[in-house]
Amino acid sequence: MARSTSKDAQALFHSFRSAYAATPTNLKIIDLYVGFAVFTALIQIAYIAIVGSFPFNSFLSGLLSCIGTAVLAVCLRIQVNRENKEFKDLPPERAFADFVLCNLVLHLVIMNFLG
Amino acid sequence: MAKNLGGFLLLVLAISICEAASIFQPISDSHRSAALELFTPADESFGSLEEAYEALRTFEILGIQGKPDISTSSCQSVSETLVSSSSTTNGLFHALKVNRILKCKIDEEIFQGIASRLKAVVNDGNSLLDFYYSIGSLVLVKDQTSGVDVLLGDANGIFRSIKALSQSDGRWRFSSNNPESSTYAAGLALEALAGVVSLASSDIDHSLIVTLKNDIVKLFDSLEKYDDGSVYFDEKLVDAHEHQGPLSTTSSVVRGLTAFASVISGSINLPGDKILGLAKFFLGIGIPGNSKDFFNQIDSLACLESNRVYVPLILSLPATVLSLTKKDQLKVKVNTVLGSSAPPLAVKLVRAFISGSKDSSVIKTQELKFDPENAVHFLDVLPKSIDVGTYVFVFEIVLHDSVDKEVYTTGGQTQVPIFVTGIIKIDNAEIAVLDSDLGSIETQTKLDLARENAALLSANHLQKLRLSFQLTTPRGKFFKPHQAFLKLRHETKVEHIFVVGNSGKQFEIILDFLGLVEKFFYLSGRYDIQLTVGDAIMENSVLRAVGHVELDLPEAPEKAPQPPAPHVDPYSRYGPKAEITHIFRTPEKRPPRELSLAFLGLTLLPFVGFLIGLLHFGVNLKNFPTSAVPATFAILFHIGIAAVLLLYVLFWLKLDLFTTLKTLGFLGAFLMFVGHRILSHLASTSAKLKSA
Repeated sequence: MARSTSKDAQALFHSFRSAYAATPTNLKIIDLYVGFAVFTALIQIAYIAIVGSFPFNSFLSGLLSCIGTAVLAVCLRIQVNRENKEFKDLPPERAFADFVLCNLVLHLVIMNFLG
Repeated sequence: MAKNLGGFLLLVLAISICEAASIFQPISDSHRSAALELFTPADESFGSLEEAYEALRTFEILGIQGKPDISTSSCQSVSETLVSSSSTTNGLFHALKVNRILKCKIDEEIFQGIASRLKAVVNDGNSLLDFYYSIGSLVLVKDQTSGVDVLLGDANGIFRSIKALSQSDGRWRFSSNNPESSTYAAGLALEALAGVVSLASSDIDHSLIVTLKNDIVKLFDSLEKYDDGSVYFDEKLVDAHEHQGPLSTTSSVVRGLTAFASVISGSINLPGDKILGLAKFFLGIGIPGNSKDFFNQIDSLACLESNRVYVPLILSLPATVLSLTKKDQLKVKVNTVLGSSAPPLAVKLVRAFISGSKDSSVIKTQELKFDPENAVHFLDVLPKSIDVGTYVFVFEIVLHDSVDKEVYTTGGQTQVPIFVTGIIKIDNAEIAVLDSDLGSIETQTKLDLARENAALLSANHLQKLRLSFQLTTPRGKFFKPHQAFLKLRHETKVEHIFVVGNSGKQFEIILDFLGLVEKFFYLSGRYDIQLTVGDAIMENSVLRAVGHVELDLPEAPEKAPQPPAPHVDPYSRYGPKAEITHIFRTPEKRPPRELSLAFLGLTLLPFVGFLIGLLHFGVNLKNFPTSAVPATFAILFHIGIAAVLLLYVLFWLKLDLFTTLKTLGFLGAFLMFVGHRILSHLASTSAKLKSA
């Protein structure tokens, strides 16, 4: 039974890899950006696990900036993806402009909360 | 004879209820030294001529020599004021007053000029102060030079115009516009009217004088009095502008009254008691603290010293405490208010009674002998009926010459409190320990309370302690002191105080320890015994340690009251308190610096990974516009984003939110414009590509 599940997992993994190679480059860039943001958040969580939560506002600020920018990047990916029928009429430049604006507002709030 | 005596006693009793016993002293050398201190100006000259006059007049009355350089500076300001044509009548008045004392050299022409000015003011004057200063100055000019004509032609008219300002209750208004009247103004008016009478070229109407005398009597109806017999004037309305207190109001009236009495013939119908009461008021002040009050007091007393109404005579005693041991003599002095000698008179000691009691006199009426050398009336030896105690002696002054009775006032009978002290004998003092049931004596010790004793006794809670003694006065009578206390003090400084009472002639206290066990807090051990016998008139009051007693008391039960805490030093209550150290919130434990820096590096790692990933994907800048205008916009777009991020960094480092938002507004607007241009250009090019 275990052997079949591991074989299934491997097959799943291979099919995912081959499908992913077909995605356009700009979406891959956005995925990489999301991965980078989440990694930074994980490192901050590891830090707070080691040294404690003082000052808490700084921790929240750093963590939420990573998460927030990741969320905004995911939104950008949804809107820019040409296979997505819902956003067919939306030009990707417009989505990118929204992404930049929202990021700037997010980072203003983050900087204020950083202390 | 008995009826007369009875009536006499009733009268005296009535007076003793109305008037408290008190004593007044005439002016003495302590006044002179105080005057020298108060009136010496800080620099060489006085502040104003009014102050100079007050100082010089006080020195004149008290017989003190002023400093010569002050006289020269005052004379200089006097001549300046008299010569100047812009001086007010007020200024002229005070300058002339100073000149009367100093007798500076002033030319007669100056006096002539002043006199004509003053006469004009008198004739045109309509306020009380105008009249007062101008008429007063004219009187002074008349006294200081003989060649100038100062007599008033229309004296009757001027008298009437001053009188028109008076009111029915004897007070005066300052001017016809001002409806408020004051007693102080009445004094000024009387002085001014006296001046008019002395300056009149022809006699004043007699009816005017009589009306004025009646007004004075009415004014004296408003006198207020103190319990000790002094009377004074006080203003009813408190005028915020210039309130005159009782001293200045009363002195103003006294000056006016004595000035008026000296210029008229005949007498004013005022009782002598009121004049004596006024003298007592001034003497009762003692030594005033400021120069104005001092001057008012001394000037008024000088007016009363030799006035034509009644001259008050003051009975005073140099000492009111007489010691039987030293065989002190009772001495009495009778003087005028300024301390000068009185006319021939005798002082009678009418009666003496113990103060607070309503008994009849303990002595018979007798006359005091007179010592002409010291001008003192004295009693050789105190009568045998005077024992130690507090008495009230009643004196009466009897003038020898019947003519003097119209000139002087003595105030009838004067009550004076006298303290007679002496040595009290303490006899038969003994302390004993008694057995409770039988009352038999276990130990007994005789005490000599003239020196410290060290009687050693021991007792248990079933026994009693007894202390007894007798007190006798120098005349052999029983004496009850103010204080007779027995104090027992334990080793732990817990004290108990008991009052020693008397039964008949014997003072005795019995401490029954059986009943006192709880009061003593069940503390056994050594108690110090201390006896206190004291009184104000006892010259040998006793506060002595009598001995010790070893008390054996039973054990304290559980619920027994605890003895009071040891006496806290009262000074420690106000001393510095213990210092409070503020406990600050302990700062949070911060991680070591190296760890934080390591994690800072770790955080930058994903960014590096991102860049490596981008390179792996083969990221390029091919879509970057090449033509000039879109290129600039693209560059400006990137610069704008970089500027906003830089602004955020600055915001974190040092800026505040307001400046940040302001700058962000500008940058954001710029970024919007630029971004819109480039992105719409990119969108249009990609749309063209798609369609093509």
